[in-house]
Amino acid sequence: MDYFIELFFSGLTRGSIYALIALGYTMVYGIIGLINFAHGEIYMIGAFTAFIVATVLSIYGFPLLAIVVIAGVAAAVWSSAYGVTIERLAYRPLRQAPRLAPLISAIGMSIFLQNYVLLAQTSDFIRFPELIPEFAFMEPVAHIVGSSDMVILVTTAIVMIGLTCLIKYTKIGKAMRATAQDKTMAVLVGINVDRVISATFVIGSALAAIGGMLIASHIGQINFYIGFIAGIKAFTAAVLGGIGSIPGAVLGSMILGLTESFATGYVSSDYEDVFAFSLLVLILIFKPSGLLGKAEIQKV
Amino acid sequence: MFPVKELKRSALISLWFAFLTFPILVVKVDPLERIVQWRWSNMFYIAIGSFVLSILAKVYMIRKERRDARKKETAATEPFAQRIIREPRFLYPLAIACLIFGVSFPFLFSVYQTNIMTTALMYVVLGLGLNIVVGVAGLLDLGYVAFYAVGAYSYALLNLHFDLGFWLVLPLGGLLAAFLGILLGFPVLRLRGDYLAIVTLGFGEIIRLILENWSEFSQGPSGIANIPRPGLFGIDISFGGGITYIYYLVLLLVIFTIFVVNRLQNSRLGRAWLALREDEIACQAMGIDKTKTKLIAFSLGAFWAGLVGVIFAAKTTFVNPASFTFLESAIILSIVVLGGMGSIVGVIIGALILILLPEYLRALSEYRMLAFGAVLVIMMVFKPNGIVSTVRRSYRFKGHAEIEGDSHE
Amino acid sequence: MNDAPVILSVEGLSKNFGGIQAIDSVDLDIRKGEIVALIGPNGAGKTTFFNCLTGIYTPSSGDVYLSNPESGKKTRLNGKKPNKITEIGMARTFQNIRLFPTMSALENVMIGRHCRTNALILGAIFRGPATRREEEGIVDSSYQLLKKVGLHKQVNEQARNLSYGAQRRLEIGRALATEPFLLLLDEPAAGMNPKETEALVALIRQICEEGHSILLIEHDMKLVMSLSDRIVVMDYGKKIAQGTPEEVRSNPAVIKAYLGEDVDA
Repeated sequence: MDYFIELFFSGLTRGSIYALIALGYTMVYGIIGLINFAHGEIYMIGAFTAFIVATVLSIYGFPLLAIVVIAGVAAAVWSSAYGVTIERLAYRPLRQAPRLAPLISAIGMSIFLQNYVLLAQTSDFIRFPELIPEFAFMEPVAHIVGSSDMVILVTTAIVMIGLTCLIKYTKIGKAMRATAQDKTMAVLVGINVDRVISATFVIGSALAAIGGMLIASHIGQINFYIGFIAGIKAFTAAVLGGIGSIPGAVLGSMILGLTESFATGYVSSDYEDVFAFSLLVLILIFKPSGLLGKAEIQKV
Repeated sequence: MFPVKELKRSALISLWFAFLTFPILVVKVDPLERIVQWRWSNMFYIAIGSFVLSILAKVYMIRKERRDARKKETAATEPFAQRIIREPRFLYPLAIACLIFGVSFPFLFSVYQTNIMTTALMYVVLGLGLNIVVGVAGLLDLGYVAFYAVGAYSYALLNLHFDLGFWLVLPLGGLLAAFLGILLGFPVLRLRGDYLAIVTLGFGEIIRLILENWSEFSQGPSGIANIPRPGLFGIDISFGGGITYIYYLVLLLVIFTIFVVNRLQNSRLGRAWLALREDEIACQAMGIDKTKTKLIAFSLGAFWAGLVGVIFAAKTTFVNPASFTFLESAIILSIVVLGGMGSIVGVIIGALILILLPEYLRALSEYRMLAFGAVLVIMMVFKPNGIVSTVRRSYRFKGHAEIEGDSHE
Repeated sequence: MNDAPVILSVEGLSKNFGGIQAIDSVDLDIRKGEIVALIGPNGAGKTTFFNCLTGIYTPSSGDVYLSNPESGKKTRLNGKKPNKITEIGMARTFQNIRLFPTMSALENVMIGRHCRTNALILGAIFRGPATRREEEGIVDSSYQLLKKVGLHKQVNEQARNLSYGAQRRLEIGRALATEPFLLLLDEPAAGMNPKETEALVALIRQICEEGHSILLIEHDMKLVMSLSDRIVVMDYGKKIAQGTPEEVRSNPAVIKAYLGEDVDA
């Protein structure tokens, strides 16, 4: 039973990280209908920025709490900056282009960013500092739920609530929903669509950066390639839940995380990714609009 | 000349990039030795570089606007590249010249060069195969490499276990890949474009992961070595001769593929693919079986990937899963899109540029992939329709019951 | 006229989207050689009705049968794919023109020939005598159809460059290429000027005389009254009246629902 609970929590942890990344995919897809292939790279850059800032601060002897906060903020800020820049350079000029052009551009951007980090930093795995200490009060349950699992779960929950409020109640949130439904109409009622799209990239990137930092600290190592597989899986999760739907992205991520965790725990860890992709293929075949997505009625 | 406002804008851009690249490009830390290295010179290069580039981009944009304005006045003229393709009297001599060059290549250049050219030609075939799927039928396939892998492993495994020869496996590998294409395509081709992309991507990864992890079947990450090169009527060919031999084999395959793809595009099936790309509902209302037509395109594309896969295994005499990553799919897709979707000439040019350029840029080998990514983005931003924007092939009806397919690409 | 065999029979057809009843148990028979008009205010469910017939939507309940007037073979259409239904012998045009915009006028019609021809991969590659003959036949018959709808001068023109009226006629030509015995026209005269409409009326008459039966949705009352043998009126998803133009014109329910405001327009 302990093993089951352990797997359950590790699944939720994975799911939380996927959710943080998947939200970026789903929001961007909802608004501009693009699979932002470079989103995984944003997450990777977030992890690297956090790594660099945290290590520099720890060398200069800052206290742990300050390190965590500053590294987190720095990761979010720079990832957002990258996200916005990518949108400006690689996607915005292509809004009217043929359907495949932005996707190719996104793939190009993804390859570029991977190699940029590889060249600027290193191609090796680097050890990520432990930013989350072992809490004393977690001692009795430490054999099934680690402190970092707990921190990830709580952080994700807070972020989700914050995001929901943002989308529901703020002006920019309303503008985002309007733009997602009908871009032309949004322009007509005076919404600055360019700014809404930029805001979407900022939010999505910041979430991915937080996810990057949390998981890096949890696993303990990063390299330039971590964004690719995490990105694909997060996208899988977004599709699973119904792309464009924010609760869908969270639900899909949790299901994906749990599936992977139980499958690797009870079956075999070699095929971790195979399970994820098979789940995706199955869902798309049997429920193409995803779990919470709305089926489209074709207008003729 | 250049307005001050634009200079200010460029200065801001360069400041932005200096900020953007600061942590990753300037700071380098060694967590074990606890050393921080500040590389301020990088920031300087970035600032200067982005300043100059932003000015260049602006100049390009201004000129392009002027050109477009002028174009509107003087009715659109066809781009040079398209005119050449349209006119048989230009195209045929050009094609023959290319053919002569292709045939004499191994005599003119070293074995090393021939080997690189073989690789490039293999990508031409892969590009043309994927072009059927993406360019003609409009189905975005991001897992094309899976079929390539199926071909390669077919030869490796069938040879290893059953001692089957190259010539037998060549069609077999293609058919196996096509079969897999049908198997995968049947459930997923109903999906909308983007979903199809992601499912095929997932499928490509599944195939690679299985090859990597199912060691009893595929010998895992270490791969299969000592795959025999193709023989000619039982004669073994020396190493250098072998490379030339495979070169000609691939050249033949290229010619065969061009012939077939051209014929397909000018057929009832090709028309249906094009129509399907433009309006699926209207197509169905015209009695076209959407799934079946897509499935044919999908499995035909897979067939070609399988063929090239077999040749790949025979050429390198070694296969392992690392050759079949997503990057490979991305490269092949880029060939199709870069060249101009649906255009045979475009795909050939695209393949030669994307494969040969990095080979000859080995001096800058570290920066190869960086440049590759950047080129993709830049190409899409400045020329989203590809190098040879698709020449809409159409039947030019000339008089009664006398027609001519006027586009032999 | 009334002894002609029934080719389309719709029994209690209903379609709902979620809670909205778009079509509510509509019955309809069409006999060979008839021109039947389906009229009703906007949102009455006419196009949805077409979509249910042609397989784009699956009816929620009720049955649709199509009988080939030559062979007498009767087929239930519920749940059949649109392309199957076209193959059986019912073709349609679209209210919002759905041509293949970058293909030429001729090619658009050639696509219509698809379901009556056979060449596949091997035929395309080897292009044997049979395939070549088939291709020639496709081009030939497509050209004849373009002539019929009066577009043979624009044979090589891209569909998107044609005028609105020409696009509508091209859609009719493309639908005829599938050799239907029943042709469904969804607002064929929309956006046409009076002269074009006149030509369209003549064209529809000619098509009918050549043995195709026609069901059309139209708002142009003059066209409807002069062309149709029978008129069916729908409102709020229900069939509220049917009969000859004279009967419908004087039907109080129709006047109330529809013609009341519009009778002279």
